[in-house]
Amino acid sequence: MSVLVALSGGVDSSVAAALVAEQYGRDQVVGATLKLWGGASDSGCCSVADVEDARRVADQLGLVHHVFNFAAGFEERVVDPYVRGHAEGRTPNPCIECNRYLKFDRLLERARTLGFDAVATGHHARRVTTAEGRFRLCRGADPLKDQSYVLAMLGQDQLARTVFPVGELTKGQVRDEARRLGLRTAGKPDSQDVCFIRADQGRAAFLASRIPLHPGRLVDHETGEDLGPVEAVELVTVGQRRGMGHATDGKRRFVTAVDIANRRVSIGSPEAAHASDVRLHTVSWVDGAPAGLGGPGGLGRPHHGAGGADVGAGADVGAEAGVPVLAQCSAHGHPVPSSVQLVGDELSIVFGAPQRRVAPGQTVALYDPDHPDTVVGSGIAG
Amino acid sequence: MAGRRSYFDHAATTPMRPEAVEAMLPFLSGNFGNPSGSHAESRRARRAVDDARDQVALLLGADPGEVVFTSGGTEADNLAVAGAWEAMVATSPTPATALVCSAMEHHAVLNACRALARRTGAELREVRTGKDGIIDLDALAEACTPEVRLVSVMTVNNEIGTVQPIGSVTAVVRHRSPSALVHTDAVQAVPWLDGRELTAGADLVAVSAHKFGGPKGVGALVVRDGTVVHPILHGGGQERDRRSGTHNVAGIVSMAAALAATDSDRPSTVERVGRMRDRLGDGLLATVAGTSETGERSARTAGHLHLRFAGIESEALVVLLDEAGVAVSAGAACSSGAVEASHVLESMGFSREEATGGIRISLGATTTEADIDHALAVVPGAVAQLRD
Repeated sequence: MSVLVALSGGVDSSVAAALVAEQYGRDQVVGATLKLWGGASDSGCCSVADVEDARRVADQLGLVHHVFNFAAGFEERVVDPYVRGHAEGRTPNPCIECNRYLKFDRLLERARTLGFDAVATGHHARRVTTAEGRFRLCRGADPLKDQSYVLAMLGQDQLARTVFPVGELTKGQVRDEARRLGLRTAGKPDSQDVCFIRADQGRAAFLASRIPLHPGRLVDHETGEDLGPVEAVELVTVGQRRGMGHATDGKRRFVTAVDIANRRVSIGSPEAAHASDVRLHTVSWVDGAPAGLGGPGGLGRPHHGAGGADVGAGADVGAEAGVPVLAQCSAHGHPVPSSVQLVGDELSIVFGAPQRRVAPGQTVALYDPDHPDTVVGSGIAG
Repeated sequence: MAGRRSYFDHAATTPMRPEAVEAMLPFLSGNFGNPSGSHAESRRARRAVDDARDQVALLLGADPGEVVFTSGGTEADNLAVAGAWEAMVATSPTPATALVCSAMEHHAVLNACRALARRTGAELREVRTGKDGIIDLDALAEACTPEVRLVSVMTVNNEIGTVQPIGSVTAVVRHRSPSALVHTDAVQAVPWLDGRELTAGADLVAVSAHKFGGPKGVGALVVRDGTVVHPILHGGGQERDRRSGTHNVAGIVSMAAALAATDSDRPSTVERVGRMRDRLGDGLLATVAGTSETGERSARTAGHLHLRFAGIESEALVVLLDEAGVAVSAGAACSSGAVEASHVLESMGFSREEATGGIRISLGATTTEADIDHALAVVPGAVAQLRD
């Protein structure tokens, strides 16, 4: 089997490359680093220093290494929507959009045209092949580093051509392996935050350089009473607590809604900041919609549909009681027992207990309550 | 053909000529002196640098005193742009407020001009290219107003190989911007055009040794008599105070030997390589549907071929051809090794989409008919695989 391994210059993908080279032979493995971002603020996953680390790891492992320039696609599919989202009061997850459009679309396609059988990445997630030859997406072995949430949009087409060599390892084991092999990335710190935003400048400065930021007013969620100014409505996220102060009863206040057009941020009590449901669009399934939603399979049942595709219109025959799932609303959030129903091509989630409101643009990943490590699907909060 | 490598990236760099390797060896050990000293070891090195200077000057149609040795083409271009500008500002009775370059310049010129504009507040006017790959002379004339002090137009474009009409460029500048100096980056020209003619009246001419069989890390700037450049590197005042730093004696001697060898067999190389280039270009145009040649072939050096394959990404084609043993290039490579969108094709008015499938196939003195056979055998299949 020939494998194109995505090398970011970090320790996880370095070890992933070492593992696939050992398994398939280094003449079957080629390393590729994606140049995603060429802006002046380049300091993250694709800086020249990281490309050099990736190249030197490939050299050390005896792998041919290429750099693919996906910067234009990254700008169009990840950065622009991120900026536009903030201008419109949404908070998209750029890592998920990068996975959706770059790593698990353009890179997979590039690998296919170049004749590779699969792409390997350094994600902490596991791909499990069922007896029927279907693919499950499961949490990585290290619960603290699990990245199944940012991969939850994958379907059968992508999983069939993807391997996650470090998914069975803990982060500690990955670093041990890197040290054992003498890889220069063994002690490199984990990447943090959004790769295209410089840590020393921050999100506010990045957004301010691309869109006008507007001052606004904080208003009470219940009464509409004016509670003071807010510096920039575009920088506020639903669910946010920081900078919102305390109510007269001493309780902390949370953002419950952002109204960009009227430059208004609603804040309220912890109770007001919670909701018992959320509506998702851009719904995808790892292996088809669950049977209870009128889909042909899912939740571990075999089927032969096109996994990962958006749910088509007309699939609005959801079971009235809903289908049980575990819903995870952020990268390291707790999975919550919930039930889902299809409404048109959208998905309605009712949480077992009220949850902190999910900011519009955020992804909710759904897991199988019977197999809590297994991803069922995902969608984006509207 | 398994294991065979066919190298078609001579415009990026070309193997050293045996004469050039031979020439530099004595200066790596035995004859090691620093030319700027007063003893026998220095005198021997000094003599070698002076001989090399005489030879380079002769073959570039310059006087020895007009040749400034540099660390390569990039330094020569930077010295021409920044050094000449600074000298002009120091002596000009009226403010120097504008400079002009072609939009298809190598980044060594383009980014030197942009940095200068940022630093000084001068206006940089980048002149577009026609679809034929030749600078638009009407647009040049429009850009050349009296306050322009420097005009830089390359002799041969590095990506598509089109020869620019430097004589006409110079005439336009002399007429419209009489106070301006003309610089030409002739880095790509030396292997293919007679050095004594190629400069056609320019005030500043940059060359780089490794493009014509010399070593990397050495080049020269011809500074015409009467033209002043201020140094951009400060130090011991070598090269008549125009470029400080201990001479790269072995490199300079080797560059002269490479230039002499290039000059002596240039006519036969141009004839032979041009024929192979035409066979390759015609063969690919005939066998691969949806292929176009960028710019006019008649305006191109013998070693350059630039093709655009519709519906593919050149970045992927370069990888596939590399696996098949054929080395080509896709536009300009950045420091990370990624392929950047071509500013040259953009300057010619091609859309990003049209430019995406473009590759540069550049031949050199060591290219053989077997290389051409190899490329003709593997390129059509690689393009077909990517279109699949």
